[in-house]
This record gives sequence, C-alpha cells and structure tokens, in this order.
Amino acid sequence: MSGILVLEQLLNGLGYGLMLFLLAAGLTLVFGIMDVLNLAHGSLFMSGAYVAAEAHTRTGSFTAAIVIAVAVTVVVALLLEVLLMRRLYTRDHLAQVLATFGVILVADDIVKMAWGPSPVMAPTPAALSGPIELVDGLPYPSYRLVILAGGLLVALALYLLVNHTRIGMRVRAGASDRPMAELMGVRVGRIFNGVFLLGAALAALAGALMGPIVAVQVGMGEAILIPALVVLVIGGIGSVRGAFVAALMVGVVDTIGRAFVPMLLRATLPPATAADLGPLFAEVAMYALMVIVLIFRPSGLFSARS
Amino acid sequence: MSHPSPKSPALPRTLLSLLLCGAALGGAASAMAAPVKVGLALDISGPFAALGAEARDGFALGIKQLGGKLGGQDVEFVQADMAGSPDQAKQLVDRMIQRDKIDIFSGPIGSNVALAVGPTLFNAKVPYLSANAGPSQFAGAQCNAYFFGTAYQNDQFHEAAGKFAQDRGFKKTVLIAPNYPAGKDALGGFKRQFKGQVADELYTKLGQIDYAAELAQLRAAKPDSIYFFLPGAMGINFIKQFVGAGLSKDITLVTSGFSADEDVIGAVGEPMLGLFNTSHWAHDLDNAANKAFVAAFRKEYNGRYPSVYAAQAYDAILAMDAAVKQSGGNAQNREAVVAALKKANYASTRGSFKYANNHYPVENFYLRVIGKDAQGKVTNKLINTVLTNYGDSYADKCPLK
Repeated sequence: MSGILVLEQLLNGLGYGLMLFLLAAGLTLVFGIMDVLNLAHGSLFMSGAYVAAEAHTRTGSFTAAIVIAVAVTVVVALLLEVLLMRRLYTRDHLAQVLATFGVILVADDIVKMAWGPSPVMAPTPAALSGPIELVDGLPYPSYRLVILAGGLLVALALYLLVNHTRIGMRVRAGASDRPMAELMGVRVGRIFNGVFLLGAALAALAGALMGPIVAVQVGMGEAILIPALVVLVIGGIGSVRGAFVAALMVGVVDTIGRAFVPMLLRATLPPATAADLGPLFAEVAMYALMVIVLIFRPSGLFSARS
Repeated sequence: MSHPSPKSPALPRTLLSLLLCGAALGGAASAMAAPVKVGLALDISGPFAALGAEARDGFALGIKQLGGKLGGQDVEFVQADMAGSPDQAKQLVDRMIQRDKIDIFSGPIGSNVALAVGPTLFNAKVPYLSANAGPSQFAGAQCNAYFFGTAYQNDQFHEAAGKFAQDRGFKKTVLIAPNYPAGKDALGGFKRQFKGQVADELYTKLGQIDYAAELAQLRAAKPDSIYFFLPGAMGINFIKQFVGAGLSKDITLVTSGFSADEDVIGAVGEPMLGLFNTSHWAHDLDNAANKAFVAAFRKEYNGRYPSVYAAQAYDAILAMDAAVKQSGGNAQNREAVVAALKKANYASTRGSFKYANNHYPVENFYLRVIGKDAQGKVTNKLINTVLTNYGDSYADKCPLK
C-alpha cells in the first residue's frame, strides 16, 4: 500500500466529507435552534443540483450556474418556510417528520415532471476536466480540488460567522438555551428564518458542486440525507464545529470502508466472496463510527446543548 | 343513520351499471378479436435509465412501423417502469399477469430484474423475450422453454472483449464491474478468453457514480489495461473521471459495447475517441434490415444513431410479430408461439442468427472503435468480426433439447 494511494484516498474522503458538511451545517442549525427536523433538506440539495445542471447547459458558465442554483433554491426555501415550516415550529417531531417527508415526495414528483425520470447530465466545466499533478506520481482531478477548496472556504466563513459575529452569538445562544436567549431579548424566530435560508443556500451549493460527480437524479436528496443525519448525530445537535469534525470523520471512514476494506478482503478471500462482503463492510463502517461515538459521548462530539 | 344522505346513491349506481355495461361490451368485443396483450417493461428511471430510454425508443419505432399490430392482430401494450428495481418489477409483472392477462412479455434491462421476474412468468407460461438481459442462470440448468434471450447471453459480450484483449497482447489488466448478476457474468466471461494476468477484480455498488476510490486503486495497481463493464450512467461517470484523473495516459480502456454505445458517447464525447469495444450489433453492420432500421431510427429521432439497446428492443418487436404470424395469429396458443419464436425466422438487425437449445442466440460478435462519421459526429465504426457463430458456455447444461 503506497503513500500515494493513501494520500489520494484521504483527499477523496475529505472532499466527500466537506460536501456532507455543507448539508449537515444547515440541518444541525435548524434542528439545534428551532428543534425542527427538516427531512426536506435533501430536496433542497436536489434542487441545487438540478438548477445548476440546467443553468450550466443553458448559460455555459459554471460560476453562473452555481449562483443561479443557490438563488433559486433560496427562493424555494423561502416559500417552503412561509407556506409550511412556520406551522410546524410548535408541533412535535413526528408531525415535522411526516410533513417534511411529504415535501420530499412532492419535490420528487415536481422534479420528475420538469426533468423526466432519467438522470440529467451535469457537465464538468471544461477547464476543470483534466488532472493537476499534486505531488510526483499523483495527478489529481482538478474539479475535486475545487470542491475541496470550496468546501473549506465555506466552512471557514461559517466558522467566522457563527463564532465571531454578533449574529453568530445569537445563533449560538438560541441553539444552546432557547428560552434563556429569548428572555435576554434575542428574537430567535427571526434568526431562525435567516438560518433556514442559509442552510438552504449551503445545501444548494453542495448540490451544484456535487452534480457533476454524482448523478443528478430524482431521489438523490434522500440518498445523501442519511449520511448527513449521521453527521448531525455524531457532531452533536446544533453544533457547526461538531458537524465539521463529524463530516470529515464520516467522509474518511466511508472512503476507508469503500477502498481499503475490500482491498484487504481481496487479499485473503476469493474475489467473488470479497465482492459480496466488501460493500457490506463499507456500508456498515459509517454506522459503526456513529455507534462508537455515541457510546462514549451520548449527545455527540460537541453538542450545543450539553 | 336512518335518513339516506341528500346525495342519493342512485347516481353512483347508474355509473356502476354503465361501467358494467361497458365491461360487458368490452368483453364481447375481445371475445371476437382477442387482441394480443404484450407486457413491456421500461426501465426509464433508476440505474438503467439511459439504457431504458434507448430501448423504449426502439420498441416505439417497431410498434409504429407495424401499425400497432403484431402478425396482423390488434395489440394492447401494457407498459410499466420497472426502475431497475427487482422488487418493483416483481409486483408490476404479477399485476401484468393477473390483472392484464398478458400473452407475451419483454423489456427489463437489468439481469437482476430479469432473474426476479423470470420464475413468475415461467409459472404463468408467458413467453418472455429478454431484449437485453442475458443472465447465465437462465442459460444453464435453470433454462426455461418460455425464456428467450433474444439479444445475447451476458458472458458472450465479455468473452468477445476478452478475446480482443488477448489478441491485442495486453499483459496485466484490472477488471471492474457492478456487484450484481450481470457484473459477475461479465468478469467471468472476460477471463474465459483473456489469458494475461488479472491484477485485481473490483466490484462496485450497482448504480455507483463516484469512482474516486476505485481510480486510486487502479493507479496503485499500475496495469496496462482496464476492462470495465459499467452500463449506463455508471460508465459515463467512470470514463469522465478516469480521464479527469489523468489515468488515460498510461492505461488502455477495454470495454464491451455496453459502455461505449451511443448513450455513453452522447454524454462523454471526444475523450472516448479510439476506444475499442465489442458487440453483436453495430449501426453500420451491412445488411438490409439493419440499414432500413438505422435510417428509420435516425429519421424518427432527429438524426441520432440508435444504440444496441434500441436495436435489441426493435428486434424483440419484430420477433414477436413473426411469432404471432407464424403461430397462426393465435397468441393465446403458447406452445405455438414458443415454437415459432424458436425458429427466429424474421429479418433481425444483426443479420441471421439461430438459437441454441437454451434459447440463447448463436451469433457473430464484432469489434468496433469510436471515431468520427462523415459529418464529424463521434460514433462507433465497425472494424471486423471477433467471434463467428459463437454460442454461450452454458448451453450443454440446459436440459432443453
């Protein structure tokens, strides 16, 4: 097992982790502050991917595609908030899960009507379709480097916003003890609107960036929602820092599970048996991580409500 | 409860009686003409979506050219999207058999779907023309008189690719395929003809789109060639990411026609130039039936070249048409339909072929390369024949005579 292989897999894992972070950050803030479990978050991710693919094909510009995808998704999220989410704040989790699950079904059908049931091709920008030689013997796809850089930038910006601004202070206050924050004059409800829209924008950004790598298809939001929820649980509900650390952990563990475990299995077992067992281990790896973390820290790594 | 509701039940009752009359009339009409009922599985969503869309276009063209009839009989096509999902497919096919009472079935793209619906169809004695999937399970001991792999047996495609890789003299290769029945048939088939070193065999999740982990392993294994079987969107993403990771410099891609057909070319484009692949059909294959089909297809679908999936679906409709005609127009006589199907007496787009005892074809396999046509469009060109009158490796285990 060469160093280059490990390095390359590590980069792959970090890239996936950063995308998970973009999704989980919005999810954890909304859940943390308002105690609202929004399963439709994955649909916002899907919206970002579809709008970006469409805009990229029409305008020919990758940057324009991302801006349009984020803008359109934020408008969609605003409508969702006004029409539905507001009515759910005071309801219990079961009602929230049911209602937002309904939103998933409706969103999938709308996308099916607009783009058809077949996956849509999201083009990779031509300038980024080649490799860049990172170190000797490791040309790495430049598009994945852009994803890495984009994810890191957003994480940094979010860290500064949440930890070093006045708004961020109120957000944290709302997340850790809502009644007390309200007593101190923080208008948690209004902050929530902002956080909800910010979360939607992050989900859309993740969708737009991931589009060319994963298939843009109906149901893509559900598939990625589960790892995002795992990240939320590992990181601790309401903690952006927790989401960041947990997302990177899940990203790396997923890659180890997908890349190294099957490799080890193939070294000792016949390929056909290894082929049946490998994916099983890979899928279990993420949940195993969650179980281990929860045994030692039942409320997550950095729970905002500890 | 004592008072009837203001809306009297009279209206629904009237409607009901009308419906019953309609049903009776419909029943009477069908007793006179008995339209052939054909169940068509269309995988237009899920992992095989792009392939399913190609097959749908092929079916549609065949049906249109026959004026919506099979062997001169009226036809009712019962269509459903199996979404590449064995569970969903099983339910839909159960419904087609029990509610719609289909006489013939064709469609599913995936071998996992074919294996899921096969036994139900065999029990109901519904002739099943598999227009794409050719699982090895139905070729050997579990072969069935009602099953026809009208296109190919899975292994054959990959045996042809293995023969090509062997003839080219590749020394060290890595194999990659999804972990499902056709993926295992694929790698097994390739290895049957390729005698060089197989450095690694990678099985991925069906429908996987991100190949970063696999590409890193490929880079580490340093092979001279890679054989991949990743149909549909899987292959599109694999090739794009393979080129994006800079692997195309040192490693030659070898594939079967599945991952280098028009659906993939349309999405990947120029990076595929020079890619060799094998298939039992090509759009420039020289026979009258094929020329007519390709011309009609391009006219119907804005100059697009048909893919192998479209050709196979079109072929399946022609096979049904011939079988209904040759069985005397009585599609309810299953034995006659099966006997007629077995003759394969129709103008197939791949030229003439015959069935082995297990109802899988004995046919030619061709080498194609991706180049540009006269208009500068990226497409496949036929080079030569790799395997002539080639049967599959399971036929002698099949008890059918």
